[in-house]
Amino acid sequence: MNFIHKTVSCLVENLDLKNPELKETRKGFGEALIELGKTNPDVVVLGGDVSGSVRSDMFRDVFPDRFFSVGVSEQDMMGTAAGLSVVGKIPFASTYGEFATGRPFDQIRQSIAYSEMNVKICASHCGLTVGPDGATHQSLEDVAIMRVLPHMYVITPCDYNQTYRAVIECTKIYAPFYIRFYRDNSPNFTNPKAPFEFGKADTLLNGDDCTIIASGLCVWESLLAAEELAKEKISIRLINMHTIKPFDTDAVVKAAKETGCIVTVEDHQKKGGLGGAVAEALAQEYPSPVEFVGASDTFGESGKGSELFEKYGISKRYIVEAVKRAIKRKK
Amino acid sequence: MFPNLKNPVFTDIGDLNEMARQIRRDIMNMLLISKSGHSGGPLGFADVFTALYFNKLNILPEQPYADFRDYVFLSIGHIAPVWYATLARRGYFPLEELKTLRKINGRLQGHPAPLKTHGLPGVEIASGALGQGLSIAVGAAIGLRLSGKPNHVYCICGDGELNEGQIWEAAMTAAHHNVDNLTVFVDRNHCQIDNRTENVMKLEPLADKWKSFGFEVFEIDGHNMKEILDTIDKAKKVKGKPALLLTYTKMGRGVSFMEDNYKWHGVPPNDEQGRVALSELFPTKFGDFVDYYNGK
Ligand SMILES: Cc1ncc(C[n+]2csc(CCOP(=O)(O)OP(=O)(O)O)c2C)c(N)n1
Repeated sequence: MNFIHKTVSCLVENLDLKNPELKETRKGFGEALIELGKTNPDVVVLGGDVSGSVRSDMFRDVFPDRFFSVGVSEQDMMGTAAGLSVVGKIPFASTYGEFATGRPFDQIRQSIAYSEMNVKICASHCGLTVGPDGATHQSLEDVAIMRVLPHMYVITPCDYNQTYRAVIECTKIYAPFYIRFYRDNSPNFTNPKAPFEFGKADTLLNGDDCTIIASGLCVWESLLAAEELAKEKISIRLINMHTIKPFDTDAVVKAAKETGCIVTVEDHQKKGGLGGAVAEALAQEYPSPVEFVGASDTFGESGKGSELFEKYGISKRYIVEAVKRAIKRKK
Repeated sequence: MFPNLKNPVFTDIGDLNEMARQIRRDIMNMLLISKSGHSGGPLGFADVFTALYFNKLNILPEQPYADFRDYVFLSIGHIAPVWYATLARRGYFPLEELKTLRKINGRLQGHPAPLKTHGLPGVEIASGALGQGLSIAVGAAIGLRLSGKPNHVYCICGDGELNEGQIWEAAMTAAHHNVDNLTVFVDRNHCQIDNRTENVMKLEPLADKWKSFGFEVFEIDGHNMKEILDTIDKAKKVKGKPALLLTYTKMGRGVSFMEDNYKWHGVPPNDEQGRVALSELFPTKFGDFVDYYNGK
């Protein structure tokens, strides 16, 4: 761990990169719902016939009166959630990422975003790691289409701890939210006591040769890449961009000024998601070399999550290569 | 537990019919000024809006978002002119504002806009993209019931709108949750944009469809004020399942050349047509908000 040379407060103490604690992000969602159920009587949850998968069944089992099954009808679920918000509830509408965004986009746009409803859309099973289910279930466009909606908060927590915190914190702001998480176990490595604020990026590593800006599961992958690069005396600034909207442009510009180049890493299309947001911010504020790691305008396929990260160019070695390319482009 | 609601404003059927006619005149005047907007649907549903706002709803216009209010969701946002005219006539905002329909910087957006951004009193949520209102109404009804509140929820749908799959998703949700603090109106005018409904997408047997989805269905003449009032009461008494008023109307009702003609779904009258329309909808004791032809 000696490559982590400056601030480490955002990471858990004594983080073991070889053997991190593994936990499901979706379980962070489920546990947070139970906590909210106890503390906030306005919180209600909608189920779209995947409650067990997304872990909202944890809430259902404790608060059955505040859980409403709407069946496999995502468009209706978003509308029902909006109606619950009209009468003062804080509805959580949850299903898989693709069905939480692609199917009901118009409903989210009109009845939730435009109408500024206090609806919390929580999407599990996002990105490539739903693996064997294949491309139909691998949401790689969800961040892009949620990010473009006015009024919408878009949150991409990187682990269990952060998912838990995002779900608790989103109830403190009256606004529509999209929170993106995953099915599988993944390293749980953020410090639950570190400051966590929507719209304020976390700096995990304070190096100065290149900045990696990552979101979701790719934050961990980027940490591993930084360790690898440290062996070659390349020191990485690592930013966990847990909020894609509102976007922390200041953090991006500061990193570009101080390290001279940027690499973005996400389990999502390069275009329109985190990479798009970074490129937009820098083009306007401080043009700098940027390399993108993510899905390259392609759909996924069946396979293991790790195999897909490798095949679709999102694994550690692609991040390492992208950093080297970015550094070469520095003036 | 309700404060003095000042409803009913009118109990006399004659008064209510006269107000409905005034609202029709208002719609024509609004559309003459805006030169853009829908004539047919708004004219067709003026009687139901009058029955609700001038007799049945628990509302207090000076406190449009009072805790005890009944909720109205207009799923067919395109018939906004009849809602706006009714709200203005009922005192939610000045009649003068009806001149701003579809104009820049106005609150009377082409389709109802959200409270937060446009702030038109009486509107709860945006509509315009069809098919979404029933889900919202069901969500509101479930939420009110969960809070133990007696407020009633009304939702207004079109018949063409029933082509949207989400309507039937919401219908299932309403029945599954035994939602009985909800009354749905379907404006059965047999018209939509491209043609008559049965030519665009067959809906019949429509009452049976809704019954089979678990609704208590009432078939009514949407231009018979007494029948509308009585059936709203009956629907409210239905227990354990949602109620639906299959409301037979004529698109463009009150203006002979528009009546029952789908071509009047989405267009305003020109000046010539407006003159004829206003002469057929003869003036009322309530008075117009504008004298369009004399520029006042
Ligand atoms: C999702 C969506 N698709 C298409 C439209 C365009 N559109 C507006 S009104 C309408 C027809 C609706 O028919 P109906 O519900 O019978 O209303 P009416 O013609 O009686 O006013 C259509 C297709 C829309 N507003 N929303």
